[in-house]
Amino acid sequence: MKSMMMALLLFCAVHAFSAEVLKIGDDAVDFSLKNIDGSMISLANYSNDKGIVVIFTCNHCPFSKAYEDRIIDLHNTYSKKGYPVLAINPNDPISVPEDSFDNMKERAKEKGFTFKYVIDETQSIAKHYGATRTPHVYLLKKQSGNTFKIAYIGAIDDNHSDASSVKERYLSNAIESLIAEKAPMPETTKAIGCSIKWKK
Amino acid sequence: MNIALMLIFFTTVQGFAQVRTVKIEALTALLNNDVDSIYVMNFWATWCKPCIEELPFFEEAHVTFADKNVKVILVSLDSPSELDRVLLPFIKKKNIKSEILLLDESNPNSWIDKIEKQWTGSLPATIIQHNRTKKRLFFEQQLDKEQLFTTILSLLE
Repeated sequence: MKSMMMALLLFCAVHAFSAEVLKIGDDAVDFSLKNIDGSMISLANYSNDKGIVVIFTCNHCPFSKAYEDRIIDLHNTYSKKGYPVLAINPNDPISVPEDSFDNMKERAKEKGFTFKYVIDETQSIAKHYGATRTPHVYLLKKQSGNTFKIAYIGAIDDNHSDASSVKERYLSNAIESLIAEKAPMPETTKAIGCSIKWKK
Repeated sequence: MNIALMLIFFTTVQGFAQVRTVKIEALTALLNNDVDSIYVMNFWATWCKPCIEELPFFEEAHVTFADKNVKVILVSLDSPSELDRVLLPFIKKKNIKSEILLLDESNPNSWIDKIEKQWTGSLPATIIQHNRTKKRLFFEQQLDKEQLFTTILSLLE
């Protein structure tokens, strides 16, 4: 019993340490992730943009599905203004076959995704950023010298189930703030989502 | 003690669990009262695979610790509009006996922090706390039986 308790305490302590992840104002960690068209995508692909709307999302999660059309709209609206969407699927396809690379291509075709949809095969980018759920948004703002800073973390809006009942468009407002050279307010929000399915 | 709280205490469970639709205040009232009980509050949904996988352990805890003042409360985050079509048939099919509350709140950003500041919003998530001592453990992850039972036992000591 005692050793089990120690194990539990140790587990909690380790868990607390692993929570050291990117925060508002931190430099965005670079990545090299495979897009559904086979090309590798990194921060350098966005050198002509003002920022990147990074959304950890996937095929299978009902919350991700509920936001697909809104993510398409966000990309259509804001890529023209220098803030394209980059969708990253962080899930382990072994635990969720629906989130395999082939199924990502399939889903992108069905829905007509015009944004990049990449796979985080090692899950290291999701871990580095501190993504825990899908969808989970990280809005990046370009600095001088092609580095990016984290400007907003959180939800797309305040109502996943009904786009027509949305009152607070957190992500759109954050992007508009960056366009107006202001800091997003709020800088972080929370939402319910599917847990990222980590490799076992 | 408010009326919502009284109702929760005196609801007797016959057969499979009934579902009560609640607002966030009903949950915070449960977590903030100082009765001499251990509350195991699990946030789940019928569409959440890891939630369904861990559900049997919560049911087992509900039975195992029934005479130890341990209250298992399963808070469903299914859409309230799908209560009859999805949630009730699921509960019947799985024959769930623990208490089930259906949270009817639309904007998680307004209520997640009222439950637990560490919680980023992924499911499943579980609070295990001793209400009188306010010793609390929070898990934003799927639990196995050993983790769940060990934690409950540690608070019972």
